[in-house]
Amino acid sequence: MSNFRELMQQGLWRNNPGLVQLLGLCPLLATSSSLTNAIGLGLATMLVLASTNLMISLVRNQVPAEIRIPVFVMIIAAVVTAIEQLMHAYTFALYQSLGIFIPLIVTNCIVIGRAEAFASKNPPLAAVFDGLMMGAGFCLVLVALGAIREILGQGTLFAGAETLLGSWASVLKITVYHADSHFLLAILPPGAFLVLGFLIAGKNALDLRKKASEASQKGSIQRARVTHVNTNN
Amino acid sequence: MSFRVAASPHHHARVQTSTLMLKVALATLPGIAAQLYFFGYAVLIQLALAVVTAWSAEALVLSLREKTIVNRLKDHSALVTAVLLAVAIPAYAPWWIIVLGTAFAIIIVKQLYGGLGNNLFNPAMAAYVLLLISFPQQMTAWTPPTALQAQEQSTFDPVCLVFTDFSCAGYSITQLKTDVDGRTMATPLDTLKTDLTNNKTVSESRQQPMFAEIGGFGWNWVNLGFLLGGLWLWQQGVIQWRIPVAVLVSLGICSSIGAMVDADQYASPLFHWFSGGTMLAAFFIATDPVSASTTAKGRLIYGALIGLLVYLIRTFGGFPDGYAFAVMLANVAVPLIDAYTKPRTYGHKAKGSE
Repeated sequence: MSNFRELMQQGLWRNNPGLVQLLGLCPLLATSSSLTNAIGLGLATMLVLASTNLMISLVRNQVPAEIRIPVFVMIIAAVVTAIEQLMHAYTFALYQSLGIFIPLIVTNCIVIGRAEAFASKNPPLAAVFDGLMMGAGFCLVLVALGAIREILGQGTLFAGAETLLGSWASVLKITVYHADSHFLLAILPPGAFLVLGFLIAGKNALDLRKKASEASQKGSIQRARVTHVNTNN
Repeated sequence: MSFRVAASPHHHARVQTSTLMLKVALATLPGIAAQLYFFGYAVLIQLALAVVTAWSAEALVLSLREKTIVNRLKDHSALVTAVLLAVAIPAYAPWWIIVLGTAFAIIIVKQLYGGLGNNLFNPAMAAYVLLLISFPQQMTAWTPPTALQAQEQSTFDPVCLVFTDFSCAGYSITQLKTDVDGRTMATPLDTLKTDLTNNKTVSESRQQPMFAEIGGFGWNWVNLGFLLGGLWLWQQGVIQWRIPVAVLVSLGICSSIGAMVDADQYASPLFHWFSGGTMLAAFFIATDPVSASTTAKGRLIYGALIGLLVYLIRTFGGFPDGYAFAVMLANVAVPLIDAYTKPRTYGHKAKGSE
């Protein structure tokens, strides 16, 4: 089972698609202007990743290596089309607000990336789990980004939740604060880059702190750097 | 007796960053004085807020980065950023605008890129763009010069307006912008733009009171002030002539072509030179030693690019003035400009002439 725990750590934190691999930035930045959109696209991407990983893992021994990429692309395109049709049928309002970014999941590098790097070399169960965890990692970053940008830019959370969950969900909308003029930049594309930059910096800071505390617990000898002393600051 | 052979250059001008920066800050004084005269002492409130915020933000980041705070604050670069942003934003903008903008300029645009000398963008202009696209309503709230306002201003009105959004008598900025006939007055560039879209000609538009013989009423003096300060900077050797001249000549050529094609549709070079933030941009912002081009030929190209972009944005863009966008776009082009204009080293042949 340690293999699965490893996969989970890789997908959710150590090799997170959004914060470490920086794959799929286009949908990540473009659809994270509100929490509802972020959850919608995050779940869709997660579903696509799990299903494509499963299928590719199942056919991995039948597909000749020379033509594997076109085969993978066709499988991914088929799955994405199915998901798009499902969203069109059941969450039409969300389908409209996400627009082009649902079919564009097919071009999300993380999908073909996991197909090539993991699913084509591993048994189905591990591949599905990897897809789920990578998808969850992507989804979590998307949700964090969406929440921060929505709070900064509109002062609300879950605005438009009814487009995802049905009409009852309009009660979910939380107004965090009221202001006459909102911080529009957070909603606009530059805000997405800035907030993502801060998220990545935050993750790196946490990792560094963990590393430092582990090193001090072990009591290992740290080499001091003595080759260069900065005297002029 | 030891005979030491020193390498050239043999004559050193021991100019320090802090001296240069202080001179830049001092050179804004004539422009600030003109703003003070035409728009009231709210300008000084904005300046004070900006400087205090800039120093606190700089000290905060420096302490996080474990650098010595006092030494680096003494280089006065934060002061210059604060002053430039404070004179660029409307005098009666609410207090949080300038605080937010200055903090963004110092913390994100300057320090997160590695501090003085490493920032890709001009901090003051990046912050200006942030504010302009986030809060367009507050950032375009330039009141007409005090002499043109219909409402008499009381002594404490600037304080009330900056801190509460309303004058002491309870008038909002929008009401203060209204003239005796109940029409809203805007900046000269804004008015001209609106009038041209309403099928008026340039000369018809310029008969309104916010225009003067040259440029806009009040704005021409503000621009003259910055021109004067800029010339002093050039005389002191703080800036070189290339960037400001390139900006002004390029803006002049573009507007002359426009005015020659159709003088009813396109304003004259003199109007463009003496309205909005032309002189401020040409002498103080485009000449930022960190984010501007560093080669002789490159500076001409960089300045000309800014002049062209300012003209295009003013004439065909959605915003009345565009020097902040122009400077930022030119900043992005700087690495490319520098790479193509590298001067030939003495003793080496130029590329392609072998």
